[in-house]
Amino acid sequence: MRELSLHILDLVQNSLEAGANIVKLEVIEDLSADVLVIRVADNGRGMDEKLRQLVIDPFVTTRLTRRVGLGLPLMEMSTKRCDGYLKIQSTPGQGTIIEASYRHHHLDRPPLGNIVETIKTILVANPTLNFLYRHTVNDRKFTVSSQELADILDGVPLTQPDILIWLHKYLSDHIANLYGGVEK
Amino acid sequence: MKTLEDLKRLREQLKTKNTVRHEGGIQIIVGMGTCGIAAGARQVMTAILDEIAKQNLQTVKISQTGCIGMCEKEVLVDVVRPNEPRITYGRVTVDDIPKIISEHIVNGRIVAELAIGKFTE
Repeated sequence: MRELSLHILDLVQNSLEAGANIVKLEVIEDLSADVLVIRVADNGRGMDEKLRQLVIDPFVTTRLTRRVGLGLPLMEMSTKRCDGYLKIQSTPGQGTIIEASYRHHHLDRPPLGNIVETIKTILVANPTLNFLYRHTVNDRKFTVSSQELADILDGVPLTQPDILIWLHKYLSDHIANLYGGVEK
Repeated sequence: MKTLEDLKRLREQLKTKNTVRHEGGIQIIVGMGTCGIAAGARQVMTAILDEIAKQNLQTVKISQTGCIGMCEKEVLVDVVRPNEPRITYGRVTVDDIPKIISEHIVNGRIVAELAIGKFTE
């Protein structure tokens, strides 16, 4: 994965496969502390302590199609390379919180990449998921809640073409704004 | 900058025009396991959404799924039209999307050279 936003999509897919219907994604970029933190919290089935310790091993997976899984191991590798860490907290029956931290300015840190595409995909392709996305860059904040969008849309699907165009512009504008502004 | 207020206005417009049909008949499913994502599933998804907006398709439903099991054939995209077999397209690239949408979604003609599976449910 060349972009952190692809890892994010991967983490959210893990949550969905764990049966979650609530996923909270936080991206925190603090340049004065020189950190970038990605946190995904879900209410899926969770993992017991044994599995929790095993999932960063590439030869362990819960998928049934084959016996290797690379999502979490690759992400852990990328954090370690950037003076960071991958932390997994999980409670069976209650959910999982994955936190990946990177040194923001580290030369090897993958770029965040196209976070707009990732958020749009999660929102549009999972209409029943309660998804909350909060992105902070220093003191600038942007929050999107799928619940709030659904309330406003009142039954109109996000896949309606005009709504798709709005959503793309809305996400692009506000995310660009986190990094210092956007043309009006 | 676009705001939630714009979304409210847009919804009102759409409701008065009464063009919005709530239950889409056609479904597109994109494989989003680690394998799919690494092979470019998100870019393919974006291309699908762009094409839906461009061709103004009102009744298509999009969903994502995990690893389907044919990882070497990722990106996998399934198209389900009502009362027709479910068609799986393999090694789909961004460039294939306009063709799949125009031919299969709009006109109901399966793009045979990209199809790798057919399931009758």
